[in-house]
Amino acid sequence: MQGTEQGEGRSIRVLVAKPGLDGHDRGAKVLARAFRDAGFEVIYTGLFQTPEMIANAALQEDVDVVGLSILSGAHMSLFPAIMDELRAVGRDDALVVAGGTIPDDDVPQVLEMGIAAVFGPGTPLHTAIDFIRDNAPVREDTA
Amino acid sequence: MADGARKTSLSARVIDGEPQAIARLLTRVENDDDIGREALENLLPHSGRAHLIGVTGPPGGGKSTLVNELIRSYRTRGNRVAVIAIDPSSPITGGATLGDRIRMLEWHADPNVFVRSMASRRFGGGLAQNTLAAATVLDAAGFDPVIIETVGTGQDEVSIAELALTTLLVQAPGMGDSVQTLKAGAVEIGDVMVVTKADRPEANELARDLRRLQTLTFSGEAPAGWQAPVVKTSAIAAAGVDDLVTEIERHKAWLGESGEREVRLRRIAATQLAARVRQDLMKRMSDPSGTGLFTMMVDEIMARAITPQRGSQLLLALLEHERGRG
Repeated sequence: MQGTEQGEGRSIRVLVAKPGLDGHDRGAKVLARAFRDAGFEVIYTGLFQTPEMIANAALQEDVDVVGLSILSGAHMSLFPAIMDELRAVGRDDALVVAGGTIPDDDVPQVLEMGIAAVFGPGTPLHTAIDFIRDNAPVREDTA
Repeated sequence: MADGARKTSLSARVIDGEPQAIARLLTRVENDDDIGREALENLLPHSGRAHLIGVTGPPGGGKSTLVNELIRSYRTRGNRVAVIAIDPSSPITGGATLGDRIRMLEWHADPNVFVRSMASRRFGGGLAQNTLAAATVLDAAGFDPVIIETVGTGQDEVSIAELALTTLLVQAPGMGDSVQTLKAGAVEIGDVMVVTKADRPEANELARDLRRLQTLTFSGEAPAGWQAPVVKTSAIAAAGVDDLVTEIERHKAWLGESGEREVRLRRIAATQLAARVRQDLMKRMSDPSGTGLFTMMVDEIMARAITPQRGSQLLLALLEHERGRG
């Protein structure tokens, strides 16, 4: 029954991670909780995540979505590294979204890296939630 | 045919230990889809080797931290270790915060450690419905032990004992008076009792209370010859975990020597089958032919015409009748 994965009732697994040296986790925790309340299964890995740790978690947990929360301003160096690591473990099929203080000027470049959406400060939580629901990938297995 | 080849490939890749395949198959068995079921059948001859260790106890007892230390200890012994960490799903939203992995992140570069978080998805007993199926996947992929960390839900610790071969009951000191330790059922299923945060002063008292309980507790079910040892561990002091592994291995050896291993495996098989029968029966009730009958029975109960017990008997009889007709 392929339908159990693709249908309305399927559970969306979301990794919420804070890459780099950013020590503020309240936003990420609020997001994790909101996602849980929206019915997602949230793997929250917390602070100080390296690109390798994020990729490893995305791989083993087979998440549908990777949510990166970053307030430190290091997104331009961290995000490409994260996307590279996701690619290296075969998880560039995940929906990657980013939130935090990412300047508007950087957003086009960030999107070019393969990140599907950037949710700046003040974005209503339901915007991110709806985006994830609408865009979480349906995944097939290849031989 | 393409479908068949694909299914076989997934299980073949799992046997090879390929993490991408392991992760995908874990998702499929969690969702209980056709490909997952078929792959699981393929994996049966390749599984049955891993020792399943259950880790349970009340929330805040230090289970995840302990599991992380167990990973360390087993890795030092050369084992490939898998962990299934289960957290509860919200009964209202269906969502879950899976927050155990956060304690086990240091192994991200070690291909011999696989950590998977599962939401209970409203299954009971602190488990997820397909926990054993997930453990089978990891078993076939070559991980041994497979550690299953479950939600400590109070009385429900009993369920993990129906799944694991060695169950650790984990408690932290200072979390309520020692009367808590007398909770019937929960204490009896611990093959090894662990007192975490042993660096705290109340740890000795808790350990003592648990040891006393061993002499008090008796039941017809308790296998002769195994007294659950009490082990104190402290992550901060990096102490006690090697002792804990020694006790786990001692229990494992005892299971084999005493014949209890076969007894438990049989009980696990029976429990799994019973759960599936229940599930399949209820699925029949939601089939178009079944739903009408089920709803009709509910109506009869609402009208106080029959009891639920009678309703169940009638339903089963009617299902038999339907099958006979079809």
